[in-house]
Amino acid sequence: MTAVAEIMDYDELLERFDPVLGLEVHVELSTATKMFCGCATDFGAEPNTQVCPVCLGMPGALPVVNGTAVESAIRIGLALNCRVAEWCRFARKNYFYPDMPKNFQTSQYDEPIVFDGYLDVVLDDGETFRVEIERAHMEEDTGKSMHVGGAAGRIHGAEHTLMDYNRAGVPLIEIVTKPIVGAGERAPEVARAYVTALRDLLRSMRVSDVRMDQGSLRCDANVSLSPKGSAEFGTRTETKNVNSLRSVERAVRYEMRRHAGVLTAGGTIVQETRHFDESTASTSAGRPKETAEDYRYFPEPDLVPIAPSNEWIEQLRETLPELPWERRKRVQQDWQLSDEELRDLVNAGALDLVAATVDAGASPAEARSWWVAYLSQQANTQGVELEALAITPEQVARVIELVSEGKLTHKLARQVVDGVLAGKGDPDEVVATEGIEVVSDDSALQAAVDEALAAQPDVADKIRGGKVQAAGAVVGAVMKATQGQADAKRVRELVLAACGQ
Amino acid sequence: MLDRARDTGKNDQGARAVPTISRDEVAHLAGLARLAVTESELDTFAGQLDVILDSVARVGEVAAEDIPPTSHAVPVTNVFRSDVVRPGLSQEQALAGAPAAEENRFRVPRILNEEA
Repeated sequence: MTAVAEIMDYDELLERFDPVLGLEVHVELSTATKMFCGCATDFGAEPNTQVCPVCLGMPGALPVVNGTAVESAIRIGLALNCRVAEWCRFARKNYFYPDMPKNFQTSQYDEPIVFDGYLDVVLDDGETFRVEIERAHMEEDTGKSMHVGGAAGRIHGAEHTLMDYNRAGVPLIEIVTKPIVGAGERAPEVARAYVTALRDLLRSMRVSDVRMDQGSLRCDANVSLSPKGSAEFGTRTETKNVNSLRSVERAVRYEMRRHAGVLTAGGTIVQETRHFDESTASTSAGRPKETAEDYRYFPEPDLVPIAPSNEWIEQLRETLPELPWERRKRVQQDWQLSDEELRDLVNAGALDLVAATVDAGASPAEARSWWVAYLSQQANTQGVELEALAITPEQVARVIELVSEGKLTHKLARQVVDGVLAGKGDPDEVVATEGIEVVSDDSALQAAVDEALAAQPDVADKIRGGKVQAAGAVVGAVMKATQGQADAKRVRELVLAACGQ
Repeated sequence: MLDRARDTGKNDQGARAVPTISRDEVAHLAGLARLAVTESELDTFAGQLDVILDSVARVGEVAAEDIPPTSHAVPVTNVFRSDVVRPGLSQEQALAGAPAAEENRFRVPRILNEEA
């Protein structure tokens, strides 16, 4: 047992240590079939219904590589400014664990398909930090374990484990950074910004669903500390189970503080896998890390090498879509945004949502206003990321359209959006079922205006006398009487007209 | 030490000292392979593995610098399948060979102190 050391204060640790990060991101490709067999890859299917002799590791079954997955791997590499291997092989990573029925994972070892790249990451204040990419390689996902008998599905105290192999063999790309040094106090932010940038990139390329909550994007965070000014890296830990962007930042921060506490108390860091606990924002020890030797890698004899020709690589380069940083530049020009406005949009995670809303017919200003203001507030209240809100850009565009057609006031539009967020259907369905509509029938409004003027004769006199700004009180009364369903602008016109203005 | 058992076809180990596999290494390998090996078997297998490694090392002596390591006997590259779903096994077929199944999943013993 290691003695329990204090978690060190963040500022204090920065005075003594420099953090070094290494991030490993696993991306499940959104191909229709698995990496080495033709089984479907649908998320959430009935257990063990997307399996075959190949992914169940039955004797004699032979794998065949999914060409689309290889293309995705190369495209990802190109987008990450990587070099593409002229020739590379798959390798068997041998280990015995029930999540891999073959008793090895087909992966790549010292011949990754792409290597030596970088990703420029924009931090919260707009500064750019370059993260160097070591490599990205192809492999396959493992099956899903369900531990029975223990608390909350964890293995501790479990009596046995139930395996679903639908996920076994789903194509994975593992993207590994070079050691990230020099981030200092911003290391946790750099980690989050990197995973965010990678997610945005992969999403724009449509190669993966990149859903951290569903596990199609997973981040393992390696953290170590060096004594301030020392070039030598400390012992690292690898934190897994980091299931959101916010958790990436919190996990790195926690491990930095924990390492500092242990090291300062004279202890040593154990090289191990650690598990991040979302609820406490802390990590706990997992299994000791195997060494590469323990996996006894060897070239996969059942798969032939991959040797991408230059022509093929150039064809794939042509298929790269507008990448997020290019898109940002264009959007800034098209929408005439200041650097600050663009940054707010990006930081709110709203850029793609706004762009999609604009594509659906809304004006950039209206679309931006909805996502950055009201919808961001709703996301905050719900404690979810903006994109996780139960409303689509198309629905937001429809609400904006209804407002511009005069069928909704801004206030009513919020009610409709609330209805959509509450799962009551499309904007038009919410309008219909909730009976939300602007009272624009002048005769109905006129009656309300007359009534309000009669109730406030002194105000009516003032308006007649030329004090048009006094109309506000009457408009307010009419709006109240019509429960906000009237168009305030029209009410004002009617009030002024009634008073001869 | 275990590097010798791991041929990735690249790293030429250079030195060709007579391999000596220790009992501890045999025990470690057996653990990785989930094999129950008795104390006396450790000595037997250590000797046998020595012979195997020595033989492999002699092959390495023959290989010249200009001969690339061979992992595949046929000079074929880029064999791909199109990304089209093909029928696999039904749930019943998949679970038919399982020693134990529960909730349409394969039931396996818990594994201590490890978590994937």
